[in-house]
Amino acid sequence: MTTTAPFAPAPSKLAIDRVSKSFTTSRGSVLALQEASLTVAEGEFVCLLGPSGCGKSTLLNLVAGLELPDTGSVTADGKIVREPGRERMMMFQESALFPWLDVLGNVLFPLKLKSGLSAKERNDTAHYYLKLVGLEKFMDANIHELSGGMKQRVALARALAPNPRVLLMDEPFAALDAMTREQLYGDLQRIWTQRHVTILFVTHNVREAVSLGDRVVLFSPHPGRIREEFRIELPRPRDINSVEVAAHATRITRALKGHLQEGATAE
Amino acid sequence: MKRFLTAMIFFALLVGVWQWACWRGFWSPVLVPSPARVAEYLWEAALSGDLGRAVLVTLKRLLAGYFIGIFVGLPVGLLIARFRFLRDTIGMLALGLQGLPSVCWVPLALLWFGQTESAMLFVVVMGTVWSVVLAAETGVRNVNPIYVRAARTMGSRWMHIWIRVILPASLPFIVSGMKQGWAFAWRSLMAAEIFVTILTGAGLGYMLHLGRELLAMEQVIGIMFMLVLIGLLADKLMFSPWEKWLHHRWGTDRAT
Repeated sequence: MTTTAPFAPAPSKLAIDRVSKSFTTSRGSVLALQEASLTVAEGEFVCLLGPSGCGKSTLLNLVAGLELPDTGSVTADGKIVREPGRERMMMFQESALFPWLDVLGNVLFPLKLKSGLSAKERNDTAHYYLKLVGLEKFMDANIHELSGGMKQRVALARALAPNPRVLLMDEPFAALDAMTREQLYGDLQRIWTQRHVTILFVTHNVREAVSLGDRVVLFSPHPGRIREEFRIELPRPRDINSVEVAAHATRITRALKGHLQEGATAE
Repeated sequence: MKRFLTAMIFFALLVGVWQWACWRGFWSPVLVPSPARVAEYLWEAALSGDLGRAVLVTLKRLLAGYFIGIFVGLPVGLLIARFRFLRDTIGMLALGLQGLPSVCWVPLALLWFGQTESAMLFVVVMGTVWSVVLAAETGVRNVNPIYVRAARTMGSRWMHIWIRVILPASLPFIVSGMKQGWAFAWRSLMAAEIFVTILTGAGLGYMLHLGRELLAMEQVIGIMFMLVLIGLLADKLMFSPWEKWLHHRWGTDRAT
């Protein structure tokens, strides 16, 4: 069942090596992630799948450098991740766009922090990415004037603009309605094919994971652990409503339920 | 324009009723002078230059004290929000002193600085600074942490985060704190000016006080009119543009 099939030996971009992380809450210490190991190849699209509390978002934060592991190590291109960096950009469930800036201002924000760019280059880059997500007409719009889907598109443009090597997406489409979400699946796949970037995509939606990922990594909670990996070898662009996606999804859902029951009896 | 016209008609009606009541002789002109009498006083005071001088003296005190209050209060508020130790100490002090009408500082200010501009300045600063401190602190503590996280992944660090993320994100709170600070500063300055004679200059408060001494109610009402006018102008010139921009950007004006 486990499909850690041999893969084209592209240089590994991310290496997560036996990483554990616990948090102190009012009810004591919680082990959010236990001995998780994962390698992600350059340009690979990996979905981290699991129910809430399984440590998938924690893993994303560790890769982002927003948090540091208790034990184990996270390396990006051979370098240990110690702090956030522009080469690993993050997208959140809420768009996290800044309401005091307009759309263009938001996309320019990371570019202004990048040294060695002229004002014109920054502007051109921002325009290019806004066009890529289909929002060049909304450059001067205020954030509150955008729909949820448009906000996430701007967030995507903002994340891509500084040319990151890794894109970390924390359930970015979870708050959107189904129609908008499907549109964004299409957009994301199109953009990813155009502009190859390694993607770690956190979700609790099995079909979403299957229709987006080259690989789906299954987590189980209490404590958060990586259980299984599935390689999804379907041609792109994939349609979330297709039979093939459904078939993979059924297989993964079954595995997920198995791990959850196993966890419940163990407790 | 239409709204401005509505307001103008409303005020014209108000003055009309007042003038009419005075003509009918409802009250003694000593108790309630007519609008025409008040206007006459204002005209004379303006011509003699007394009014202009008083306005200048008062505004100078107010603006100087107010801006000192903001320049001190804003960084202190940010520091308090950042460091728990400062919050538990200076933050508590600010909370206490904000509740104290700053005219209570007048006796001490007179003793320390004499009947001078410095005394007035001190009272105005005390009226402004605590509101600004508390507003900045509340503003910072209400900033959605996700903004800071997002900024960090984009390469923003310490000072950049504070100036480019936390400060703008707390603007709605800060602007309302600045507005409150203005109101407090204005009230405390008037109280102080009416309350004590300052040797270095006669402000509007002093003119009002003089009107009382001379039993010249047209002067008292005339000066009150000037105070209202300055208050309205300050709101329209200093705060309205900010608030409009905030509402527009944040989308907070769509509720009504």
